[in-house]
Amino acid sequence: MSQAVLCRKPARVRPYSLTGGRQRRCRVLLVETFVAALDTPGDGPPGPPPDGSGPLPPRSVPEVRAVPEARAIVELCFRLRSVAEIAALLKMPLGVVRVLLLELADQGRIRVFDTGHGTGRPDRALLERVLGGLHRL
Amino acid sequence: MRGEDPTRGGPPAALDVPRGWQTDRSRAPHATKIVVAGGFGVGKTTFVGSVSEITPLRTEAVMTVAGEAVDDRTATPDKTTTTVAMDFGRITLDTDLVLYLFGTPGQKRFWFMWDDLVRGAIGAVVMADTRRLADCFPALDYFDSAGLPYIVAVNQFEGTARHDPEEVREALALPHQVPLVQMDARQRVAVVDTLLILVGRALDTTPG
Ligand SMILES: Nc1nc2c(ncn2[C@@H]2O[C@H](COP(=O)(O)OP(=O)(O)O)[C@@H](O)[C@H]2O)c(=O)[nH]1
Ligand SMILES: [Mg+2]
Repeated sequence: MSQAVLCRKPARVRPYSLTGGRQRRCRVLLVETFVAALDTPGDGPPGPPPDGSGPLPPRSVPEVRAVPEARAIVELCFRLRSVAEIAALLKMPLGVVRVLLLELADQGRIRVFDTGHGTGRPDRALLERVLGGLHRL
Repeated sequence: MRGEDPTRGGPPAALDVPRGWQTDRSRAPHATKIVVAGGFGVGKTTFVGSVSEITPLRTEAVMTVAGEAVDDRTATPDKTTTTVAMDFGRITLDTDLVLYLFGTPGQKRFWFMWDDLVRGAIGAVVMADTRRLADCFPALDYFDSAGLPYIVAVNQFEGTARHDPEEVREALALPHQVPLVQMDARQRVAVVDTLLILVGRALDTTPG
């Protein structure tokens, strides 16, 4: 299985002004990490026209390797999903899903959210909230 | 595996309706998780299903077997790779707080997965069946060495002898500060109580 923390190290250091300071992005893909599509439904690599006629819509340069699995992930992510949910719903191994998610994130098609406490142990305030939530069940 | 198991206490699949937080893609709730570990058949999936708001889902991780004996039902013999299945469920605790429960097999050869799984976790519920107590030794060893808060939940199957909790503790060499509960994984109330005890234990071990 691939690692949970996937860090992209640029081949060379890009000038700060060009990258807005984001010289290195580190995305944490735990099983519970939430991701969401940045596209709106209908975006993305165009499929065949619905009725089989008519010209194809003008096609922007596809920055996405249009692997069907990647498209399936983006479609699922029109609703907020966790990494584990994506793997389960698409019946794909977790490691494969993580690699595809990282690629999609690099392409700006999905957004990876922080868990709220990074990868560390939850602090007392968070544990108290979980306790309160469980009490209310 | 969608909700056919009549022993499950969770809501039926028809109730898998989206929650409010799932439709807002601009923000995400706080994501927390608890690991449910133990031997095969001890009741992990049942435990998860009893409290989950979704029908438990299954994820798989592929692992390579280095000439090791394969001893469980999910593994394919005579192959160099095998698949480890994890069942998980979800509980929305607040509009901005979600708890995941991951049920995972406890054998030592799955530890490669656990390093990954326990990262950021609240803690673990180690499920035990008194007829096969040794099945949970590896999980106890792992959480001890990982420093993850855990409790032991004895899943009381009917027809099995009720053991004195102190005897079970002793058999597991459980430190006195680690809670041990006797429960029924099919009962939602018992599962919620077990989770409350685990989170309480996590609080006890978290500096203020
Ligand atoms: N009688 C009884 N059966 C249980 C209990 N918990 C689980 N089971 C049953 O034991 C079997 C194994 O449970 P399962 O949750 O799949 O175990 P897992 O392998 O740890 O995920 C299933 O047929 C369950 O219905 C229990 O508390 N009492
Ligand atoms: Mg199971």
